This record gives sequence, C-alpha cells and structure tokens, in this order.
Amino acid sequence: MTTVAAKPATMAQALTRALRDAMAADPGVHVLGEDVGALGGVFRVTDGLAAEFGEDRCTDTPLAEAGILGTAVGMAMYGLRPVVEMQFDAFAYPAFEQVVSHVTKMRNRTRGKMPLPLTIRVPYGGGIGGVEHHSDSSEAYYMATPGLHVVTPATVADAYGLLRASIASDDPVVFLEPKRLYWSKDAWNPQEPAPVEPIGRAVVRRPGRSATLITYGPSLVVCMEAAEAARAEGWDLEVVDLRSLVPFDDETVCASVRRTGRAVVVHESGSFGGPGGEIAARVTERCFHHLEAPVLRVAGFDIPYPPPMLERHHLPGVDRILDAVGRLQWEAES
Amino acid sequence: MTVMEQRGAYRPTPPPAWQPRTDPAPLLPDAEPYRVLGTEAAGQADPDLLRTLYARLVSGRRYNAQATALTKQGRLAVYPSSTGQEACEVAAALALEERDWLFPSYRDTLAVVARGVDPVEALTLLRGDWHTGYDPYEHRVAPLSTPLATQLPHAVGLAHAARLKGDDVVALAMVGDGGTSEGDFHEALNFAAVWQAPVVFLVQNNGFAISVPLAKQTAAPSLAHKAVGYGMPGRLVDGNDAAAVHEVLSDAVRHARAGGGPTLVEAVTYRVEAHTNADDATRYRGDAEVETWRRHDPIDLLQRELTERGLLDEDGVRAAREDAETMAADLRARMNQDPRLDPMDLFAHVYAEPTPQLREQRDLLRAELAAEAESGAAEGGHR
Ligand SMILES: Cc1ncc(C[n+]2csc(CCOP(=O)(O)OP(=O)(O)O)c2C)c(N)n1
Repeated sequence: MTTVAAKPATMAQALTRALRDAMAADPGVHVLGEDVGALGGVFRVTDGLAAEFGEDRCTDTPLAEAGILGTAVGMAMYGLRPVVEMQFDAFAYPAFEQVVSHVTKMRNRTRGKMPLPLTIRVPYGGGIGGVEHHSDSSEAYYMATPGLHVVTPATVADAYGLLRASIASDDPVVFLEPKRLYWSKDAWNPQEPAPVEPIGRAVVRRPGRSATLITYGPSLVVCMEAAEAARAEGWDLEVVDLRSLVPFDDETVCASVRRTGRAVVVHESGSFGGPGGEIAARVTERCFHHLEAPVLRVAGFDIPYPPPMLERHHLPGVDRILDAVGRLQWEAES
Repeated sequence: MTVMEQRGAYRPTPPPAWQPRTDPAPLLPDAEPYRVLGTEAAGQADPDLLRTLYARLVSGRRYNAQATALTKQGRLAVYPSSTGQEACEVAAALALEERDWLFPSYRDTLAVVARGVDPVEALTLLRGDWHTGYDPYEHRVAPLSTPLATQLPHAVGLAHAARLKGDDVVALAMVGDGGTSEGDFHEALNFAAVWQAPVVFLVQNNGFAISVPLAKQTAAPSLAHKAVGYGMPGRLVDGNDAAAVHEVLSDAVRHARAGGGPTLVEAVTYRVEAHTNADDATRYRGDAEVETWRRHDPIDLLQRELTERGLLDEDGVRAAREDAETMAADLRARMNQDPRLDPMDLFAHVYAEPTPQLREQRDLLRAELAAEAESGAAEGGHR
C-alpha cells in the first residue's frame, strides 16, 4: 500500500470526509437539512454527498428545523442513523423543543428500549463578521439538558475523528462546529485519519507549568496564541482542549490543574450561567487543595451577540486572557 | 380598579363569534396568478398610481444595484438583493396606510424604505453596525427579521391588540416561499384566522429558498392554497405585475380593516440574483430559467403599459432614472462614511437597568478601551 503524505486540509474538508466515510460504512447513515444537497450546505460540508449517495441519503428538506429534527427522531426510532444539519446556531432554536422534549429523553422514557443514535451538526460561534443570529454560542443550552452528548472539535484531525465517533454513538450528539475554524488548515492525512477515540476525552495541546488554560472549539486558537505571548512575561501556560463538554473529562482537566495550581476557563459564550461556571466549580471541588488562586473565567459578555463591527470587543482575545493570567498571582485579602 | 378601567382609551372590541365555514370555495385561490398589466383591467387602474409605482420600481432596482456594489467594497457585510421582486416590495408598502404596520423579512429592505425609513438606517443590520437602525414606531415597521417566519406571529399579535383597542390598524407580514414551511408560519395563520385578526400575509414566492426549489418545499398546488385549511382566503397574484400586486393587497388590507379577517397572498415572482452576494447560484440553477424571468421583468411590464397608454414618454423614463441616480449617489456617499460606533453601546440596551454583572463587564471594557487609547494602539492593535 502506498502511503499518502499528510497535506494541508481544512476542517470543513475533514468534516465532509467524515460524513462520506460514515455513509459508505453504514447504509443507515442519512444526512438531512436545508441546502445540504445540490448546494452542499452553505458551508459546503455536505458537498458531493447527494451526488455520491443519492437524494434519499442526503436530503434537502423543507425549511423547518423542528420538522428536520422531529423527522430525524422518527428515522432513528426505525433504526437509521440520521445526521442533521442546522444551518446556523440561532436557526436551530425552532428545533429546541424536539431536543429538550424528545431527543434527550427518549432512551430514558422508554427504559432503554428506544435509544436515538442521531447527530445534530450545529455551526456555532462568532468571529466571521456575520449579521445577527449568525454567531450564537449555544453550548450552555445543550449542556444543561441531560441525555445529550455535546462535542466540539478545534483541529482538523478532531473534526474527522469526533464526527465519526458522534455518528457511531448510540446516543444523540450535538456536534458543534466552530465556524470560524472551518477554513483553518492542518496537515492531515485522509488515508490515515486519526483513530476514532471515544467521545469524552480532553487533550493537552500544549504542556506548561505555571497555569492551565481550559478551553474548546473556537477559543483554542486564541488560547494557544495567548500561551505563546505569555512566555515573554514568564508564564509557562498549559492549554487543555476539552473537545467534549458532555461527557466532561474531569481526569485530564484536574490532572493538569493539580500540576499547575492555577486555571483560567476561556470561551466565547457568556459567563453568567455559561459553561465556565460549571467547569470552574468542578475544578474547585476536585482540586481545592492544589489551587493557588480561584479559577477564573474569560468569556464573552452577557449580552446578545453584538453586530460584527463590535464583535472584537465581545470575543475573548489574547489581551483579556493575559490579564486574567496576571490576576492568577493571587494574594489572599488581608 | 382593573387594568382595563385604568386605561380610558381602552376600547375592547371582542372578535366576532367563530363561524364554521361550510363552503371553502370562496377561499380558494384562482388557478392562474392574477394580472392587470397587459389586460383590460389595466384600463381601470389609476394613472397616478401606476406612475408612482413605476418611479418606485426604478428607484428600487437602483437601490438593489447600489447595495450590491457596496458589498463588493466591503461596506455591507451582506446584501440579499430583491432585484426582480421590486414590484412586490413596493406595491406591498404602498398598499398600507400610515397607521398600518409592516413586518418585513430580511430581504425586504425595499419595502422598509418605501415605508419612509431612511435608506441608510434600513441597511444598518446588513452593514453590521447595529441590528436595527431605525425606530420601529416612527414608521410602524418592525425590525427586519432574520430567523424565518418568526415575525409572523408578532404581526398577528399586534393586529389583534390594535383591534382590541379599537384601532383600525392592519398588519402586513412578509415571508418567503421557504419560510412557509416553518411551524411559525402555520401557527401565525391559524391564530390570525381564529381571531379574525386584521393581518395580510404576503408570500413572495421567488422560486428558491437559497438552493431549494419550490417543488422540494411544498406539495400544494400553490402556496396560496395553504390559506384554505385555516379558514382564510388565499389569493394568487403575478408578483412582477406591480398594478396587480397593489390591487390584490389593497383589497386584502381593506377587507382586514373592515373586520373581514386575514388573507394570504402569494405573489409569484423570481429571485434574479443569487440568494446573497455570498451565494453561488450556478450550483443549483441554469441560466435559461433566469433569462425567461428576465423577460418578464416588473419594470419592463409597467413601462410598456404606461408607454402604450401614453402615460409615460422618454422624458418621464429619464426623469425616473435621474431620480434613482440621485438616491443612489446619496446612499453611496453616506454609506462610504465610516459609522461612528461606541463599543460601550454593547451594554446600553440589554436591560432597562444593567445588572450588576453587566456593570462589571462594562467597567472591564471601559478599562480596556482606556488602555488601548493610552498605548496609542491603532485600529487592529487590539488582539
Ligand atoms: C429559522 C431559520 N432557518 C434558516 C435560516 C437560514 N436561511 C436564511 S434565508 C434562507 C432561505 C429563505 O428562503 P425563502 O423563505 O424562500 O426567502 P427568500 O430568501 O427566497 O427571500 C435560509 C434557509 C434562517 N434565516 N432562519
């Protein structure tokens, strides 16, 4: 067998490849959503699937998110593995009733008799200059609903691996795609894609000794940049990429925080009632005696997502992260 | 004292008792879209109205071209053009009285402008400097709605409230063909019919929802047919015939104002340009279809009628174009100025009173901005 060298690929390409491979491997995998057929999705993630697998396997639906997810529930009930595409974060809300009332509860209501193996792909987050309703970070809503897995890749390899794992999962998965990373490139070998790891493992992207940045999805890139910049100020930052918000990898996160003694959680969505609160509480409960400072959060403001011309002030940037890192030199109040 | 008694002006008029409809026939739309231009009915049309419609169409077309050009210069984040659909946009707005309300969809900037909203303010959403640039109460225009069909129940509620207060206000709610598949569309129609709310729903059927053709959106003979099941009349009109759209909508508005309840109007038109400047229409449709529709252009149709009837000469055409050019030049000049934005506005209107948490965040941003200013960081200096 000739080996193909790793070439740069975008996250969108890796996602397409994951869908294609999953559909080829299992005839029960069906893709449905708005504009997923001839157009290949507005982000082209489903490009070519309708041509290769036919319109019954990759289906342009009527424009109705509740209908898309609701019918996917029925398809999953009958043994298929639907993968639905929600066009943008804020347009998934009409389907939220299906998420909350049925998708997350079906296994439980039926005492395990009716699991729902379905994947809900949601492009999410800002930083792409989109007008309102195109930049929401909706992960907290999904995290707060028991019965769902919530995963989000930050690298090209993870985009492939996590999507394959999500489709293979016997439970419903909300697969959050950081849309500003769609066109980010990594060297990636489609012939030898990273092994599909089970959902729920965080990974240390950058080892360090003085503090841990805990992050995921679109904020990973910013955190890596901040870690580089922090070197000049004598900070050696470790960066943990969660990859999965539900289930949550306490082990990897806490092992890191125990090593470094300090932690900052970074994400785009608002801090009040946001993912960072949960993460900070977990870390505090488990690592209290190792902590040299409170766990801090650097998040988007608690405001409706702002218009594009102001979004740079809203999104956590390198400076805001470095400020928080500075505050980790905590001194107990006298 | 009850709330009702407190408000002297509150004049509740309960909706008429629900009458089961035994004969759906009067509700059914005609098989063919209603036309005026090029038919005998055109003789009855008011010449002044036709000339006004013409001037507005020419201006609307120019507005679409200008806004599209502004996206290429990076002055607009995105622009969903309504080129080819100007007759629906303009005639819809002109069918309303001043006291009426418009509930536009994200493509309906032209209808918003036709209501009297400043063209620049109508574009702030698409420019990206604020979500809604105009005061909805000033011209009775709700914010342009990006999530599809979600504004339709609002239109029903507002019209219902006006009626309860004894005001003869009508709400016109606009939606695309794709939007008719959303649950909100169906719930809005049902509420409107049950409450006999003074609402007119205008569906601009332009053939596509982004890439998805109508045939994949509905199996109904027409979108106007959807009205019948809810118990309201459905009307089918040629959306490129400004006189016909105006007549049908005016009838529906009159009917609603007189207490006759809602109407669903489907205007059959075509989206000549791509979905937005960011869309590649060649992926889902061929040129031949577009060309057919270009030959059924709303401006040409009206111009031909006016010219044949001696209501418009070359000078008139030139004058309309010149006015449109002036509008475009003004729009261009004003859009080319950088908007002045205050980042502190992020916190200005989240609540009537900011929460303590928001005040903290406001202080953080203020400190960041001060530090930025001090370090003389130029634009882009912020990381
Ligand atoms: C609830 C919701 N889902 C999806 C979208 C994304 N989207 C924006 S425009 C559009 C197509 C709309 O088609 P149609 O209703 O026919 O209106 P047109 O664009 O043709 O004017 C879609 C799917 C949205 N804005 N809102």
